[in-house]
Amino acid sequence: MVQTYRLVRGGRIDRSKPIAMRFNGKELDAFAGDTVASALLANGIHFAARSFKFHRPRGVFSHGSEEPNALLSVDRGGGRIDPNNSASAIEAVDGLSLRSQNHWPSLQFDVGAVNGALSPLFVAGFYYKTFMWPRSFWDRIYEPAIRAAAGLGRAPATPDPDRYQHTHAHCDVLVVGAGPAGLAAALAASEAGKRVILADEQAEMGGALLHELTSTIDGKSAWAWLEDTLARLASRGTVTLLPRTTAFGYYNHNHVGLVQRVTDHLADPHPDLPRERLWQVRAREVVLATGSHERPLVFAGNDRPGIMLAESLRVFVNRYGVVPGQRALIVTSGASAYTAAADLKAVGIDVAVVDARPHNDCAVEAAALRAAGCEVLAGHTVLGSRGRGRVSGLIVAPVDDSGKVGARRILPCDCVGLSGGWTPAVHLFSQSRGKLGYDAAIDAFAPGTSVQAERSAGAARGTYQLTACLGEGWNAGAAAAGLARGRRFTASASRTGFRPFRQLPTDGAKGRGRAFVDLQNDVTVKDIELAVREGFESIEHVKRYTTTGMATDQGKTSNMNALGLVAETLGKPMAEIGTTTFRLPYTPVTFAALAGPNRGRLFDPSRTTPTHDWAVAAGASFEDVGLWKRARCFPLQGEDMDAAVARECRAVRTRAGIFDASTLGKIEVVGPDAAEFLNRLYTNAFTRLEPGRCRYGLMLKEDGYILDDGVVARLARDRFHVTTTTGGAARVLQHMEDYLQTEWPNLQVYLTSITEQYAVIALQGPKAREILTLLVDGIDLGREAFPHMSLRIGSVCGVPCRLFRVSFTGELGYELNVPSDYGQPVWEAVIERGQAFGITPYGTESMHVLRAEKGFIVVGQETDGTVTPDDVGLAGLIAGSKTDFVGCRSLARPDLVSPGRRQLVGLMTEDAQGVLEEGAQIVADPAEPIPMRMLGHVTSSYWSPNCGRSIALALIAAGRSLIGRRLYATTPTGFAEVRVCNPIFVDRKGERVHA
Amino acid sequence: MLLITCPYCGARPESEFRCGGEAHIARPPQPGNVDDTAWADYLFYRTNPKGVHAERWLHAHGCQRWFNMLRDTASDQVIGIYAMGKSRPDRPKT
Repeated sequence: MVQTYRLVRGGRIDRSKPIAMRFNGKELDAFAGDTVASALLANGIHFAARSFKFHRPRGVFSHGSEEPNALLSVDRGGGRIDPNNSASAIEAVDGLSLRSQNHWPSLQFDVGAVNGALSPLFVAGFYYKTFMWPRSFWDRIYEPAIRAAAGLGRAPATPDPDRYQHTHAHCDVLVVGAGPAGLAAALAASEAGKRVILADEQAEMGGALLHELTSTIDGKSAWAWLEDTLARLASRGTVTLLPRTTAFGYYNHNHVGLVQRVTDHLADPHPDLPRERLWQVRAREVVLATGSHERPLVFAGNDRPGIMLAESLRVFVNRYGVVPGQRALIVTSGASAYTAAADLKAVGIDVAVVDARPHNDCAVEAAALRAAGCEVLAGHTVLGSRGRGRVSGLIVAPVDDSGKVGARRILPCDCVGLSGGWTPAVHLFSQSRGKLGYDAAIDAFAPGTSVQAERSAGAARGTYQLTACLGEGWNAGAAAAGLARGRRFTASASRTGFRPFRQLPTDGAKGRGRAFVDLQNDVTVKDIELAVREGFESIEHVKRYTTTGMATDQGKTSNMNALGLVAETLGKPMAEIGTTTFRLPYTPVTFAALAGPNRGRLFDPSRTTPTHDWAVAAGASFEDVGLWKRARCFPLQGEDMDAAVARECRAVRTRAGIFDASTLGKIEVVGPDAAEFLNRLYTNAFTRLEPGRCRYGLMLKEDGYILDDGVVARLARDRFHVTTTTGGAARVLQHMEDYLQTEWPNLQVYLTSITEQYAVIALQGPKAREILTLLVDGIDLGREAFPHMSLRIGSVCGVPCRLFRVSFTGELGYELNVPSDYGQPVWEAVIERGQAFGITPYGTESMHVLRAEKGFIVVGQETDGTVTPDDVGLAGLIAGSKTDFVGCRSLARPDLVSPGRRQLVGLMTEDAQGVLEEGAQIVADPAEPIPMRMLGHVTSSYWSPNCGRSIALALIAAGRSLIGRRLYATTPTGFAEVRVCNPIFVDRKGERVHA
Repeated sequence: MLLITCPYCGARPESEFRCGGEAHIARPPQPGNVDDTAWADYLFYRTNPKGVHAERWLHAHGCQRWFNMLRDTASDQVIGIYAMGKSRPDRPKT
């Protein structure tokens, strides 16, 4: 398509660099420096979108990120599809493929447009009122249909192939917005050598200066001043200029989130570059120079393609050299639009102005424009628009001082600029928790009291005169940098001032035209009036009921009109209505930028044990336990997991098994008060534990519930080696540190995590001692010399070793603690030595079966944070000699001593083959009507190869009194009959560990 | 994200810390002598003020040290940081 609607010269585009894109499959030509919006207009395309609810034809409405209408899906090739981009915010780049959204089968002919005819159905809150009957239609018909129709754009179908980066930065002054105020602020702040970051969402810095052709600053043209200023800032080594960077979120303590678009504007980016970079900036001071947004005017049919904001028309002409139409109508209630009209006229566009203010209020600017040869209709209103696919005329009529509307007439046009005044962009200020106040002089909510170290300057606080913006910016930057020197700027005068209209006066005639307040959500004046009539008086409720101000633009252009309408309808002052909360992000942020590099393999670290490589080579299957990769079982050729586990379990009870227990948490507790400290933390008594002996310790929270368990070994009088559960390692250390630092700071104890320092090799089974004999130096392994629950220090295979005689299987067992680096060689040596004895490596699944056969609990499986020692049959571990330990007092709490608490028992299914589901509920009588009384639940359930049957552990109300009773466990298909039994299934007397 | 000045490491982002709840909840020296109501109060009941609040914080991903912090729960401004065992600096005289 040819760029018919392009000026021969002018603008900031580079006509020597043509760009070829596609829009809905057709060629779309542009120049470097264009946005997709300016390219569309240069190609004469106004109709570029369908609206969300009514599927009405819509066009480019603005020149910036406030765009409510022209949302496009951008395809950058290779699966890089990104929906819902504002055409005004997408930079033109070679090869871009753009698609309009929200229509079927095509933009020009859209079946969904029938919604417009059905609009009486789609009033405010229609989804609360319609689709109510018949009830059965909801799940199968209404909801799927609504879901299919809802949502903007389409999510890409393949994973994002691009990279995204995260950056942290600190600065003295962060300036948001590089318009005149922001530039002046950055100049001032960097004067004193402070570290300054200047961020602006646009491709070029300069803000409103980029479309100022006639204004001057300090005797220079606006563009020359801009160039000089940017060069000066760039030459200062302490200034970081970040164009294409949106400050989207203002968090606590001057923490501001920025997203920088790094490669989207490049046709062939270097592969090392990330697509976007998320900046987390911590600034000592922040200057918000975020500018303002123009407001549309509300009248029937104010949404046709070709109708846009007046200042946007000016931007397209001055900055992009685009001719948005041949005959433009400017509809305004303020002065700034006259500058837009004059600039359009200057490039030969036929312009007329319709001003809703009476003659006397616009006499000065009207006279100037008339002198330039334009028609100005002061004291007029707009009653409707004409045109299919693009505006072709406005219906206007005079309004007298009493509000009486006179005779209608049609003014032909092919584009319309609306100007209903200006709204400061206070989003970031509000996010910083600053208090907004309604200022009647500018009919806007402006920054009031600051909560954080920030200040607003320029249009962001309702200052619209260029000279004043520059001065305010300088002062804000200087104050933020602690610089005393002021500076005066001289600049051209700007046309400011407007009279707010919530909607333009109407003659009361019933028309079919809808007056849109929020274009993105198709919210009309009627919707808002209806919502208020129905009792929604809080602006937050009106927003949710009508959806005004929602979706991708967050009502940047529409909010003030919506607030004003609510205020008028309720007859309350604006200040009383207030605003809705300005939520972050300021503009949409890709999930990928937030995720950054933290995806796939880098999402979470994975921890591997010293024998990991050996296990991989041995064909182990792994499971995740916290961040750890643990070998779950070691299947042989042709074995499934059940067969492997059964073989491993039998090997441990008949010969010997070897297991990597390195993931157990290990803490060394050292110091003269170490024993006293452990005495206070564990239920057990430790002061009389002899060096070389171990004790199974139970640790409670102060509320009396089990926190963790593990073996505590005394290495010396002042030194303990404490083990914790795999998942509890960090929690237990933190628990210990908490009490040590905050409750008993007088105890001399030092805690060190040694989890990663030691590889732990568990050697379990009747042959364990024989295997170990030839490998160990300096330790007498004799039955009496080295009894169960003791430890010796010596060496194994020549490697220093803390050798524990402990067992989590119920068999004769040892745990070899060797320095991690020697873990795998020692592991391999033990296996080699054990070959003759039938040594078998086993994984976590077999470990679980073996301990369940013995009725040993696993914290987090048998316990859930509400289980006491007595509940799991471990009341014997509570030292009677102690009057206090953490959790001691709570064990006497009424709830903890009440009868009927759930107690740990064993379950045997009547059908020996049927393995219960963990978590299954236990009931007394399957015939009981629902809701049935739940007696408890299954905590562990396995096929036990050593018992030759299914076994389970369960917590059941007063379970120990029910031993021998028949109960029922729920199954996916019904109920299984179970018999309550002792939770120890193998070697009830516990003789085997002492072998 | 709060910027918290760890008394041992300096200013660090909140993500390095863990909040341990209200400060100055002393563990009764002889819990055995405390009745059920008082014990429940010690275990479970905390104040939830709008305004200045004394909290325990742990530099969990740093030096592992606990300290006390006065924070305004409405504005999230940090008013003061002081060592464990020190009394609340703004405590009104009784």
